[in-house]
Amino acid sequence: MTWILNNLELIGQLTLTHLATALPAIVLSFVLSVPIGWFANRFHVSHGLVLTVCALLYAIPSLPLFLVLPLFIGTSTRDSVNVTISLTIYGVALMARSTADGLASVDADINQSATSMGFSAWSRFWRVELPLAGPVLLAGVRVVSVSTISLTTVGAVLGIGSLGSLFTDGFQRNIPEEILTGIVLTIALALIIDLLLVGLGRVLMPWTRAKTSGTGGALNPTAREAVTV
Amino acid sequence: MIEFRDVTKRFPDGTVAVDEFSLIMPSRKTTVLVGSSGSGKTTLLRMINRMVELSSGSIEIDGEDTATLKPVALRRRIGYVMQNSGLLPHFTVLDNVATVPVLNGVARREARAHALELLDTVGLDRSLAERYPSQLSGGQQQRVGVARGLAADPNILLMDEPFGAVDPIVRAELQTELIRLQRELDKTVVFVTHDIDEAFLLGDQVVILEVGGKIAQVGSPTEIISAPANDFVANFIGAEKGKRALSIRKTDRGDIVIDGQGRAAGVLVDKITESGVGDRANQYGASE
Repeated sequence: MTWILNNLELIGQLTLTHLATALPAIVLSFVLSVPIGWFANRFHVSHGLVLTVCALLYAIPSLPLFLVLPLFIGTSTRDSVNVTISLTIYGVALMARSTADGLASVDADINQSATSMGFSAWSRFWRVELPLAGPVLLAGVRVVSVSTISLTTVGAVLGIGSLGSLFTDGFQRNIPEEILTGIVLTIALALIIDLLLVGLGRVLMPWTRAKTSGTGGALNPTAREAVTV
Repeated sequence: MIEFRDVTKRFPDGTVAVDEFSLIMPSRKTTVLVGSSGSGKTTLLRMINRMVELSSGSIEIDGEDTATLKPVALRRRIGYVMQNSGLLPHFTVLDNVATVPVLNGVARREARAHALELLDTVGLDRSLAERYPSQLSGGQQQRVGVARGLAADPNILLMDEPFGAVDPIVRAELQTELIRLQRELDKTVVFVTHDIDEAFLLGDQVVILEVGGKIAQVGSPTEIISAPANDFVANFIGAEKGKRALSIRKTDRGDIVIDGQGRAAGVLVDKITESGVGDRANQYGASE
């Protein structure tokens, strides 16, 4: 505990850096996957090709990517932007499929119905298709968020600050408490962000919870009663 | 008035769903398109609001060729009610009903206030307003679907087998409600069904379709029942099997009408006075 208490400031600062590196990558991969998922879903020919190419991005090893990226975008090797961009690429690799699957999960009848009411293709996408793809999108974002928060630590090997720096530093200086702190905080951060995402989903998609209440739900206790009596 | 002129629909795979179809659907009347699957009835309906584009021919609404109108704008002024209600699952009942007015630029608050009134119109309790469609019964969903179709106060209401998926008791209720609504609102209704009894009950003009959108007979229910144009129609309406043949049996307490199977179908009276169902019944029940 002494190490933690003596280094609270460092831990706090690394946590913030970690978030500042990971959160933009999570948001960006979600945003970028929307047009890619739309494109993959819209044209059947493109479906397999686009999603396969996206999935292959995930096969790029992370350390070389962190090193090579600065050559393309002109950042320094220790810039956290390298990590953010690399993790965005991995995020898109996971998220594009979720977005395409989510859009494909929207009932064709609902789309027909929206069109027949006079939604333009554009407003239908934003107000009907994307919201209804929500549950699948959320599942995708949760995976991306956990994976991104965990992968952010890899940058520490190159001296790019994050909670991963606690492992590298702890190993070099042989401080088990520091290593443990890094691991526990990374997991805790992933869990907290995940909980926030679930909460956000509940707020933004109230209809997904509606099925358990109302007429259907009210009937269930009666049915149960009938069995027990 | 909706006028079909030599309308043909050929799908990309070569199927001709509708071939040289011409018909006038009069204003403020209910036209029912009835036929088995493959008769092109839904295709015909969807061509009116350009959900399906014509291969050739034209459709005019009050003299205006629909091909000259923007599809999105056209659809916003035509009510559409489909089977399984087609309600948006992520909108509350009220927002579903208010959808088209909001798309048309009406302020949300105003559209929702009007939507509440429409719930009354279709016989739904206002307490359902904030529910989601999944929390309603099938019959309630269809009522919301009708309210939504009426929300922009369209002159035309297209109904694609709207009562096909609800149980017979609820269906009968909804049919009665539709007759009442139509009496109050005076819309031009185009209704698609495969149920001939529903067609005779609701239609001012009934169009019996053969495969490929070919018109077998057009007329009022009375005209069709009293003089089926051909064997296809006779068979379709059940006249051949004696289903439409009613006979009178005199009893001490009055005249009883007996149906084709020998069951008592009703009592014979001079004039049916009660409600709109009776008015319709007059058309083919007591027209002689």
